[in-house]
Amino acid sequence: MKIEVRNLSFTYRNGRMIFENISFDIEPGKIICILGPNGAGKSTLLNCIANMLVPVAGEVLIDGLSTRRMQLREVARAISYVPQIVIPAFDFSVLEYVVTGCAPRMGTFERPKAEHYEIAWQAIRLLRIEHLAEKPYTEISGGERQQVCIARAIAQQPAVILLDEPTAHLDYGNQIKVLKTISDLADRGYGIVMTTHNPDHVLLLNAQIGVINRQGQMTFGDCGEIMREDFLQNLYDTDLRILSIEELNRNICAVPNLNLGVGGYNGD
Amino acid sequence: MNHLDSRKYIILLVVILAVFCLVAASIGRYSMNPADVLGALYTKVKGLEGNKTMENVLFLVRFPRILAAVIVGAALSLSGAIYQGIFKNPLVSPDLLGVSSGACVGAAIAILLGFNLAWTQVFAFAGGLVAVNLAVLLSKILRSSSNIILVLSGIIISGLMGSILGVLKFIADPETELSSIVYWQMGSIAGVSLKQVFAVIPLMITAMVIMLLLSWRINIMSFGEQEAKSLGINVVLLRGIAIICASLLTASAVSISGTIGWIGLVIPHLGRILVGPDNTKLFPVTLLQGSIFLLLIDTISRVATSVEIPLSILTGLIGAPFYAYILWERKTKLS
Repeated sequence: MKIEVRNLSFTYRNGRMIFENISFDIEPGKIICILGPNGAGKSTLLNCIANMLVPVAGEVLIDGLSTRRMQLREVARAISYVPQIVIPAFDFSVLEYVVTGCAPRMGTFERPKAEHYEIAWQAIRLLRIEHLAEKPYTEISGGERQQVCIARAIAQQPAVILLDEPTAHLDYGNQIKVLKTISDLADRGYGIVMTTHNPDHVLLLNAQIGVINRQGQMTFGDCGEIMREDFLQNLYDTDLRILSIEELNRNICAVPNLNLGVGGYNGD
Repeated sequence: MNHLDSRKYIILLVVILAVFCLVAASIGRYSMNPADVLGALYTKVKGLEGNKTMENVLFLVRFPRILAAVIVGAALSLSGAIYQGIFKNPLVSPDLLGVSSGACVGAAIAILLGFNLAWTQVFAFAGGLVAVNLAVLLSKILRSSSNIILVLSGIIISGLMGSILGVLKFIADPETELSSIVYWQMGSIAGVSLKQVFAVIPLMITAMVIMLLLSWRINIMSFGEQEAKSLGINVVLLRGIAIICASLLTASAVSISGTIGWIGLVIPHLGRILVGPDNTKLFPVTLLQGSIFLLLIDTISRVATSVEIPLSILTGLIGAPFYAYILWERKTKLS
């Protein structure tokens, strides 16, 4: 399944432009990271791709068909959306939560049956969270909840999974675990689009990358062409380095010694 | 999670409800034994000659009242469960959201204008819908998705509706209309007739069936608007249908029984403790528990003392401490 983002623009009703003329393709097995400063419209872009917000211009094509002319349910069969962590109001079990991923393929009055629970179990096994299945969704940790949300996205049987800052609010170990899960999913052929605040994650995933700047323009390309020091320094207005570390067998993005006494921060 | 097997529990509730109906029909000032009740039912249905006094007591007095208790209890508790699901807020209920008092205002206007029961129902429904929309609007204006803000908005709307009701009472004719508004507002099904009950049953059943059919979708709504949308659910439509059904249930109940507080809050919670939050199980369980609870309360109110105790007094005695318990139990999750 091919998903094309074509000339998307989004403007709030009060006239504030968020982003303009964004185009890229989401391909099976590829990861796209959306980078950008706070408020640059990363989440808004994901919402537009998932058809939850209607862009003011441009469109998203699923196998050549514009989502503007599709029902929410049809879009939900192709695109899953993993929101930032929300605390649920009721203590549904993890299994009951994951099985709701089948909703886009079920009739309006239909309830989940054995076949749907089987799909949910497959997703749960894929993420190796069988031990959580019977636990209340309200009583698991943030890292576990992120895995559960991803399991539900898989139960949706989509071509593409969108993740809104999947590593936010997680400790370091859980961040890496989620990135590993995302990398596994790409290997299984899912197209992935995720937003992140951490340029090092982009290097770690060797992902394609789309950078939205404060003016709402996107620069899109492969990791190697975009993740350059001068570009990132300019984007984040911060001194940072991209270094090749032999021991780690990868490039990393890091900042030099903050050196508080000199230059930068002078105490007022 | 140690929840009951919902299927067995539902069967148990049906049996309990049937037994309670029979017992409630038997006891009272003119008491008879349950076999006589069944006998009178049999002779009436078959058109045979039976005990006329017994038949009069049962068919003119007790059966309408039992039926009213069963449907009003079911309607109020189910509408509570629906509101809690769609507002993803376990702390709301028809009375706390102001729906009951809004329906009350609507119904009082209909009484003042001298309308019949059908129009009273329509006005009550309109009043209830206005109230719930005002409460939601107010919480949106306050730009907060906090559980407490919606409850506070509901309290504000309830207060407003209470004052409007006061104005209506003030301008009502003290000889006739005032007493009928006051009496009915107290929450009673003592004087209900079979005709009244049958007037509201079709709408109530329709709303109940629709919500039972949509119960699994309400689960998804309770995860939040964004998640529901991402699963392909038409959030605006589903929420609209749910609010209309829940308000219809509340308004229908209010139009024959006045305001009976607390049921819509307490009964769904009891259900959630016993069978869990899954609405496909919770809705039918809540329905039956509500019927049983109100039938029990109404029977107590009519046989415990020589004067009738208004229902809201009894439901409040049980409901208020239970609400305190819920708040205590959820104290970490409220913000």
